[in-house]
Amino acid sequence: MIQVRCPYCDALLPEQEFAYAGQAHIARPEDPSAETDEAWRDYLYIRSNTRGLHKERWRHVHGCGRFFNAIRDTVSDRIQETYRMFETPAGGSADE
Amino acid sequence: MSNAYRIPAGGRINRKKPLKFQFNNQNYIGFEGDTLASALLANGVHFVARSFKYHRPRGILSAGSEEPNALVTINRGQARVTPNLPATTAQLYDGLIAASQNHWPSLNVDAGAVNDLLHPVLAAGFYYKTFMWPRNFWNTVYEPFIRAAAGLGKAPSEPDPDFYATRHAYCDVLIIGGGPAGIAAALAAAATGARVMLVDEQSEMGGSLLSEVSVRIDSAAAGDWLASALETLRAAPNVQVIQRAAAFGFYHENFVGIGQRLTDHLADPSADCPRERLWKVRARTVILAQGAIERPLVFGGNDRPGVMLAGAARTYLNRYGVLAGRSAVIATSNDSGWLTALDLARAGSAPTAIVDMRPDVAPDLVARAGDAGIEVIKDSRVIRTSGRFRVRRIVVARNDGAGQRELACDSLLMSGGWTPSVHLWSQANGTLSWDETFKAFVPEAAPGGVFAAGAGAGVFGLGETLQSGWSAGSAACRSAGFGAPGATRGFRIEGEIAASPATPLQAPSTGRAFIDFQNDVTAKDIRLAVQEGFQSVEHIKRYTTTGMATDQGKTSNINALAEAAATLGVSPQQAGLTRFRPPYSPITFGALAGMKRNGTFQPVRRTEIDPWAEQQGAVFEPVSLWRRARYFPKAGEDMHAAVRRESVGVRTAVGMFDASTLGKIEVVGPDAAEFLNRLYVNAWKSLAPSRCKYGVLLGEDGFIRDDGVVARLTEDRFHVTTTTGGAPRVLTMMEDYLQTEWPDLQVWLTSTTEQWAVIAVNGPNAKQLIAPFIDGIDLSDEALPHMAYAEGNIAGAQLRLFRVSFTGERGYELNVPTSEARRIWELLHAAGAALGLVVYGTETMHLLRAEKGYIIVGQDTDGTNTPQDVGLGWAVGNKKKDFVGKRSLNRPDMLKADRPQLVGLLTEDSRTVLEEGAQVVSTGPAGARPLGHVTSAYWSEALGRSVALALVAGGRACMGQDVAVCAAKVQTRATISGTVFYDPKGERINA
Repeated sequence: MIQVRCPYCDALLPEQEFAYAGQAHIARPEDPSAETDEAWRDYLYIRSNTRGLHKERWRHVHGCGRFFNAIRDTVSDRIQETYRMFETPAGGSADE
Repeated sequence: MSNAYRIPAGGRINRKKPLKFQFNNQNYIGFEGDTLASALLANGVHFVARSFKYHRPRGILSAGSEEPNALVTINRGQARVTPNLPATTAQLYDGLIAASQNHWPSLNVDAGAVNDLLHPVLAAGFYYKTFMWPRNFWNTVYEPFIRAAAGLGKAPSEPDPDFYATRHAYCDVLIIGGGPAGIAAALAAAATGARVMLVDEQSEMGGSLLSEVSVRIDSAAAGDWLASALETLRAAPNVQVIQRAAAFGFYHENFVGIGQRLTDHLADPSADCPRERLWKVRARTVILAQGAIERPLVFGGNDRPGVMLAGAARTYLNRYGVLAGRSAVIATSNDSGWLTALDLARAGSAPTAIVDMRPDVAPDLVARAGDAGIEVIKDSRVIRTSGRFRVRRIVVARNDGAGQRELACDSLLMSGGWTPSVHLWSQANGTLSWDETFKAFVPEAAPGGVFAAGAGAGVFGLGETLQSGWSAGSAACRSAGFGAPGATRGFRIEGEIAASPATPLQAPSTGRAFIDFQNDVTAKDIRLAVQEGFQSVEHIKRYTTTGMATDQGKTSNINALAEAAATLGVSPQQAGLTRFRPPYSPITFGALAGMKRNGTFQPVRRTEIDPWAEQQGAVFEPVSLWRRARYFPKAGEDMHAAVRRESVGVRTAVGMFDASTLGKIEVVGPDAAEFLNRLYVNAWKSLAPSRCKYGVLLGEDGFIRDDGVVARLTEDRFHVTTTTGGAPRVLTMMEDYLQTEWPDLQVWLTSTTEQWAVIAVNGPNAKQLIAPFIDGIDLSDEALPHMAYAEGNIAGAQLRLFRVSFTGERGYELNVPTSEARRIWELLHAAGAALGLVVYGTETMHLLRAEKGYIIVGQDTDGTNTPQDVGLGWAVGNKKKDFVGKRSLNRPDMLKADRPQLVGLLTEDSRTVLEEGAQVVSTGPAGARPLGHVTSAYWSEALGRSVALALVAGGRACMGQDVAVCAAKVQTRATISGTVFYDPKGERINA
């Protein structure tokens, strides 16, 4: 069971309090109707499946209820950093 | 004969406390402090088991949890029968009853032993090669036969009567292993004030110190030093010492699973004490001090009873006062065997010979052996053994094969070197390196916060081991942020015979030389696997099953690796080690389940009206975590009779239904309408306050996620209902969009499922039933038409009244505060008698809605259906620029004409009720083609026939066509119809 720091509660807590919520920084297009079929397919289904540092969303579902972002190393399964929605991680850009 | 092999004095057993026990119906005596294994050996019993595959006679190999052979069943009566326990870890208690396993009719006469004669055809992978055809024989003949022939003990079929505890714990330093390294580490850490946990799997702390009789530590006898160290630790308020606690798994970030046995060692455990406790420990730092495990030598007949690890024999002698035999021979590849020989000699039972693989042995050891009158045979090894149920003779030869000679013995004590226990280290992602001294893998780079100490870290010699523990304790405390003592503290050791763990690799063996004793894997099997093309140790492991038994290959891994590497012609380091997986030692399902069983397995949600339903004799069904009343049978009624009566009652008079489990979410704020408009398919801005709308929620993929009626209470306040199972999902989805996509919207979400109980009243007499109790609401159809909402009071309670219907009849859903629900329900129930009131459950609800073609999300949909697919295209606000999932509805696949579409099915024989899930198949001249499946099917009393809903490819263009419906062995003809079977004009809603 990994440990997750909720950036809103600022507390390191067991994974049980949280729920994984998919890859991070996939913004919903401003105007979905303007998207091509291919672009919309990519938005819906295409994910990076990274080996190494992966930016992903978590929710402190049994705590404050907030969604936030995390950078997790998928090799060691350790969360390197967590940061609030719309913030940039200390470790780099919000891409990916 | 009793305790004939017990030496007159010595050992840590309590000779004043004899304990009676039984093994295979024979009575024996042991002493307090014995294990079952030591007590059996004291009585001269070596032959205690039949092996897994070949049913070969097996004895006690080890003195600890690494035991592969001596697995027994301990019987405490009734359901308290525990199979597969190593006799070496079972602590003796008065009245213990144990039996051997895997034989018929008895241990001595075992029909399965014929397998041993068949060994040429039962080699590695035999079942892949042998049991190929005919194909259906696998399930019917081969597998049952193999399972019956090969095996372990039998688990009881009764439910486990014991209970099991779970505890979460946190500490700064968790020390696993209470031998000299662990105890020294704990002493170092205790003084710093850090929270320390010291756990050990055995009944007594001390590890190898418990078997030291001649060594002095800091001028005290080893046993006295141990006692005083433990006293210090137990007195320290920051130290917790836990015995009989096996760390079985090392998980993420120093999270360690520990199984503690609480009552298995007691003759008469208290009924209110849990049998075991599962510790889930999160430690800032962990010190692994699990010691090392001795390896067997690999030679023909090395598995015969009486052949034992030399270190184990030393433990039996020094700790339990038990001799493995009266005339032992030592076979060794390293100094360890010599220490056993010298201890035996001091106890007056010197072995006749020491057979050492090495040409050169430390002169000091040779001199001591000579003094004790032991013959020393160097540069030699055992090549075979004989003796039916116990070793009687062995043949030894020089390493070059010459000079064969026979020796008589009643026990053969062997040492093939020591393997540091790196299981948990490896699970913690610590790396390993090959050590040329041990000829084994030792810890290399440490994962953060994990330290190895003692023999488990490749440290040998008591002084070095103690020092290594102390250093690890000091380093762990510093790492955990505590002011630590100096890294060195000299331990003064006297009386230790200098010995080295250095060993040569074993040469390839001949004969039936066993590597994995528990899974009956021989050296030849490993060679065969390599010959057949397996090159990776992971594949060799799976093909031969070496290391895959319940002992997790503790004694066999390195021997298997050495054999595989030699055959492959690579170094053991190149061949690498298979991955270690939890559990290190077996853990019971009971301990893992803890309190999560039976009624406490998961919470059961009950409505306020649930106890009333129970009093009425309702039959319940689980719906997500809720239990809901399925039907209310009267005397003599089965479900079908009850549903017929209940459904007719609703259609002809009035019915009352507990709908409290509906999910409810209050959506509030100036942007509430905008929020729902973006989320749901429907057009919400046009919905006036005090009006309701049937809402459909999609995912971005365009597939239906949930549905439910939404009422606009005021301009900025909506009461959203969801399906019973969907409430948490829908709230999560709402929160997700609100927090991460549209944070600019001013909306607040509150789950109100538990606040509002819902009484659904349906039927032509519904208004008459509720009217007398309601204040402040005009119930006339003009003021409160279908899909209207109003607030008022009912019998003094607050009321949110929805004029909605899930039955097609005139319907009202009364939302009242949960605390008032039972009272209002009973008032209405009492008043209903005069109006023909029936109370109905979920089964009738399902029927009534199906008669109207109303879908149930999750039953008539499967997560791949659009609103158009299920006939809800009318609900979609196509004029809206956007809503969640809208773009997906225009993807090419969503527009295909042959998408699954919800249709009705009318069976040719109107009495036949289709099976839900049955396949719908075309019957045209082109031959049978799968079209879809039945999603709902019922007997409709109102229509006097069966009705069904089905998802059928392009179904809406096939009205009136015949199809076949296929379930297991039944085929039914049916005609595709519309989905609204009852009251297609919708007139009943105002009847």
